[in-house]
Amino acid sequence: MLYLNDQKLSPSAPSGRSILEFIREEQQLKGTKLVCREGDCGACSVLLGSLQADGKLHYQNITSCIAPLANAYGKQIVTIEGLNLKNGRLNRIQQALKEAAATQCGFCTPGFVVALSNMALQKAMGKDLSPKDALSGNICRCTGYKSIERAAKQIFELLQREKPDLQKLVQLELLPRYFLNMPQKLKELQHQQSSNGQPSFQHTFVGGGTDLYVQQGEALSLGEVSPLCSQSQLSGISVKNNTYHIGAATTISQIREHPQWQKDFPKLHEMLRLVASLPIRNMATLAGNFVNASPIGDMSIFFLALGARLQLLHLAQNKTREIPLEDFFLDYKKTALQKGELIQSLSCPRPDAHTHFSFEKVSKRTYLDIASVNSALKICIKNQHITEARLAIGGVKAIPLFCKKTSDFLKGKELCSKTLRQATEILQDEIAPISDVRGSATYKRLLAQQLFFAHFIKLFPKTFKLKTLLA
Amino acid sequence: MKNIDSDKHLRGESLYLDDLPTLQGSLHAMVFASPTAHGLLQKLELEEARKSCGVWGILTARDIPGENQIGNIIPDEPLFAEKEIHYRGQPIALILAESREAARQARQKIKVEIEEFPAVTTAEEAFEKGMFITEPRTFTMGDVDRAFAKCAHVFEGKTFTNGQEHLYLETQAAYAIPAEGDQIKIISSTQGPSQVQKAAAQVLGLPMHKIEVEVIRLGGGFGGKEDQATPWAVMAALGAQLSRRPVKLVLSRSDDLLMTGKRHPYSARFKIGLDENLKILAYEARFLQNAGAAADLSPAVAERTLFHATNSYFVKNARLSVYSCRTHLPPNTAFRGFGGPQGMFVMEAAIALAAQKLKIEARHIQQANLLQEGDRFPYGQRAEQALARKSWETAYLHYKADDLCRKAEDFNKKHEYIKKGVAFMPICFGISFTNTPMNQARALVHVYRDGSVGISTGAVEMGQGVNTKMLQVAASCFSIQPERIKIETTNTTRVANTSPSAASATSDLNGKALLKACEQIKKRLLKTAAKELKTNPQKISLQNECVLIDKKDSGLRWEELVQTALLQRVSLSETAHYATPKIRFDKKREKGRPFSYHVYGTAIITAKVDGLRGTYQIESVQIAHDFGKSMNTAIDLGQVEGGLVQGLGWMCMEELAYDKNGRLLSNALSTYKIPDLFSVPERIEVVPLEDEGHEAAILKSKAVGEPPLMYGIGAYFAILNAMRAFQSDLEPFFNAPMTPEKVLTGLLKKQVKNKPLHVEKRQIG
Repeated sequence: MLYLNDQKLSPSAPSGRSILEFIREEQQLKGTKLVCREGDCGACSVLLGSLQADGKLHYQNITSCIAPLANAYGKQIVTIEGLNLKNGRLNRIQQALKEAAATQCGFCTPGFVVALSNMALQKAMGKDLSPKDALSGNICRCTGYKSIERAAKQIFELLQREKPDLQKLVQLELLPRYFLNMPQKLKELQHQQSSNGQPSFQHTFVGGGTDLYVQQGEALSLGEVSPLCSQSQLSGISVKNNTYHIGAATTISQIREHPQWQKDFPKLHEMLRLVASLPIRNMATLAGNFVNASPIGDMSIFFLALGARLQLLHLAQNKTREIPLEDFFLDYKKTALQKGELIQSLSCPRPDAHTHFSFEKVSKRTYLDIASVNSALKICIKNQHITEARLAIGGVKAIPLFCKKTSDFLKGKELCSKTLRQATEILQDEIAPISDVRGSATYKRLLAQQLFFAHFIKLFPKTFKLKTLLA
Repeated sequence: MKNIDSDKHLRGESLYLDDLPTLQGSLHAMVFASPTAHGLLQKLELEEARKSCGVWGILTARDIPGENQIGNIIPDEPLFAEKEIHYRGQPIALILAESREAARQARQKIKVEIEEFPAVTTAEEAFEKGMFITEPRTFTMGDVDRAFAKCAHVFEGKTFTNGQEHLYLETQAAYAIPAEGDQIKIISSTQGPSQVQKAAAQVLGLPMHKIEVEVIRLGGGFGGKEDQATPWAVMAALGAQLSRRPVKLVLSRSDDLLMTGKRHPYSARFKIGLDENLKILAYEARFLQNAGAAADLSPAVAERTLFHATNSYFVKNARLSVYSCRTHLPPNTAFRGFGGPQGMFVMEAAIALAAQKLKIEARHIQQANLLQEGDRFPYGQRAEQALARKSWETAYLHYKADDLCRKAEDFNKKHEYIKKGVAFMPICFGISFTNTPMNQARALVHVYRDGSVGISTGAVEMGQGVNTKMLQVAASCFSIQPERIKIETTNTTRVANTSPSAASATSDLNGKALLKACEQIKKRLLKTAAKELKTNPQKISLQNECVLIDKKDSGLRWEELVQTALLQRVSLSETAHYATPKIRFDKKREKGRPFSYHVYGTAIITAKVDGLRGTYQIESVQIAHDFGKSMNTAIDLGQVEGGLVQGLGWMCMEELAYDKNGRLLSNALSTYKIPDLFSVPERIEVVPLEDEGHEAAILKSKAVGEPPLMYGIGAYFAILNAMRAFQSDLEPFFNAPMTPEKVLTGLLKKQVKNKPLHVEKRQIG
């Protein structure tokens, strides 16, 4: 059971059906568009409203083309039709876009309306979302964005001025009235839902679906899936003994918005802005990124540097084992996960006062793009000496690479240019990039060197200069 | 006035092809295409696929009742490959099934054997092997060789500009519905409904009047649906003809990327000669166009390259030639600018090279050579109402260009890792189809008895706002409220023999025809009013839905006037025809007056380069643009901003990649990146040139679709200038698009061994 806008439905479609197909084909709501089927354009954006423990509805925008229907059970899907006012007039967001002449061919437009509605709803939940962040997952080929930006800015300013709650959003005609009844309705729905129980191997496991549905969406859409995101024991972040314990199905957005993480990593917001787009971060899980084992998985690189360990659960035997993340990646798209196992959680130490962390990524397009090379560095410095270093680089080998030799070399050395010049030679031996659509092997080697230097230049600008490092 | 589709778009209520309700009994079609770029089809096994669940049938060339031919300019393109395979993605068969899923599963069961031959993917290789679409063309003016001999400075170089995927958000789509007898109605997402009609008639073996083509609107076109919407529409029509059931064919994104052509990649060599005052005395350029496997519109695109090869500059002695080279890529096609941008890039590269060698800023050369009134283009036309200098000066003064350049220099002195570069980009773009006969249009106007108005033209709405402009033309002529007017779908039974919506000329051509039709009805209405009010027609006028006598309200309202006219048996319908006057072109002499007028403008682009990572950002683009007398500033501004950003994408982000076997590597939105909100310049400013507009433009409002794209070219040179700020002796390279890879390897050249970039193996994300 779920709500589609204000309609309660019991879908007959299989749980693996993409939400987009469900909306367009089964429910005949044609305002949501299919463009890329990869979560790369936002034309299929919808909002997903889910009831929180505090009884409030939490909304987030997702790309419905790569989201399984199963991830909407017990929740509310909001499409463009569900954002329209009943009287046929334009709501405040639509009005602002019209005034700014921000629609040309119109194909991307519903997605932009949904994304800006999300910005308004986030504000009502007390979260500030900048217009650019709010629209980070939406592509338009006609307007050049400036008109859209002008409209978004106007709505943003309105939100800053009014600081609306849900009630006020409705009053301001940013949302239709029925939104006010949704928390109650979803509460009733939840009572009718039976609990999900243990995940089963009968069907394909799906986390956020953001990679799986890009690769196998057509096949998965035909049958049932075993959703992991609805398993509450697989999600969430806790801190014990200066160690983070993170559920496998925790999303990138959850990490990015976690108060303790933000405190421990002051640049977290900026760093994770380089990872996917808002809707993808809302959906994509950490374990999903690991299991996909892409050589340039941003979160793999991130957590390799942090020294994460994985807790693997064997379902049938109900046994767990723990391995360091760097031992998880065996070869191209091959992991240590055995038949019957899934990632249950991961843990990593919290940084102390001596620890510095840096994440670097270069791609053809800065945002929402797959890296040519990405890299993360965790480094502890005491008395100008490196007491611990963990360097990870993606896009330079068949697996997301923890640079063990380079890291080992750095340990105990003085923090100086000479150390880095030596380290970069070791690094070049450790990597073996190939040429592909994201860059030539030569370029990737060069980029690995530059990003390695960039970590240090950024963290210790007074100590390091590029000219000296290249000399 | 805002785009009349705004409300529907914003509420998600606009109907695109795939949003139309599917009629009962509809079949879904899917194309089976060649997995090989070049070869001979030896065996096609369809039996297993035909037996697949839900399959109605599979069509191949053998099932075509008419001709297996859809070529537009040259008949060299079969609908389905029969024996010879010319590109990877070339359609071989069409699967018709009860659902898309059934079609998809059947497609996986088709087996094909192809004797594979080596593929030619670059224009240079095709040129060396003598593989051409047509004869080369050469435009000459003056005595080039003698002029070079007199030059103080002569520089030579070469350039490459890559292709560009249109990435219209709505993929290619068509829905064909059998009508009475053997007639077929095709709803198509095409910029050229008449071309679809003609090709369908030819393939189906029917006269054109039995094929009706209807277009509602397009979710983006950009030239990609001018000629290349045709095959899919014809396939759907063929399916409907043979199955007598409605057939829907909507390409998936990956099929669309794989099977359709792009903007043409060009390789070029140039030679430029200047005197000591930086006047360009002579210019020579040889363009090799990568046309792909069939002619498509390539000869016309090639021609437009020559027309724009000297951009906004007066070059007294020029020799320009273009070779349309046949390769084994999907046929490349129209894309906003239509060859013009490729020509202009080479001229700008030549100037940039000269500037670098002479150790001056390119803008000094640019400024010294801007067109003046009466200057001749290499094709013989004189510049009339030339605004090259005015646009330059307007941009220069309005945006305080000297300050801008000085600030960038100051910035560069202060920053070690980030440097700025500024570039100027003047543009001059000719308006009209260069194929003169295409410059005609018709409109049909009905005034209904309740005073409402229905308008049909040949114009296709694809987001450019042409319907809004058409409505404005009619509303201003009749002086009635916009709500009274409806712009009908584009349909070949109402307006026949149309030219495609292309060449930036759609509003001009269709608007002028529409204006004529409205004026004729208006003339009859004024006569009716005069009779009714017992006065002279000369004293009657219409204003704000009222009939005026000597500019005073007569009390007679629009609705009453229409009623009266109907009772008096006055015709309330009209069709009118417009043919652009004064244009001609003699292809034998390569001289004439091909363009109705030119659009001018100048952009100043500032780029910022990160020397540590090789990344860059276009910081600002400041434009002085020649709108003429804009009839809709919101729509026209949208065209400038949107066109510019598409040009920026082409120049510094979007990278098409094929491997040596003609396989598209940038085959998804995850591997082919177009500009997003973060990558567009923080500031885009546009100031209109103060100008009276041009008589040949609709309501003096100049064509605006394509010209702004070419401002984007300046971004390439701004980045290059920022790189020069890191290294003053940087060897300039003209290999677009710019990429972070080229910047980093360019800046760290000493570190990089000379390894050519080639793709070995794809690594999936």
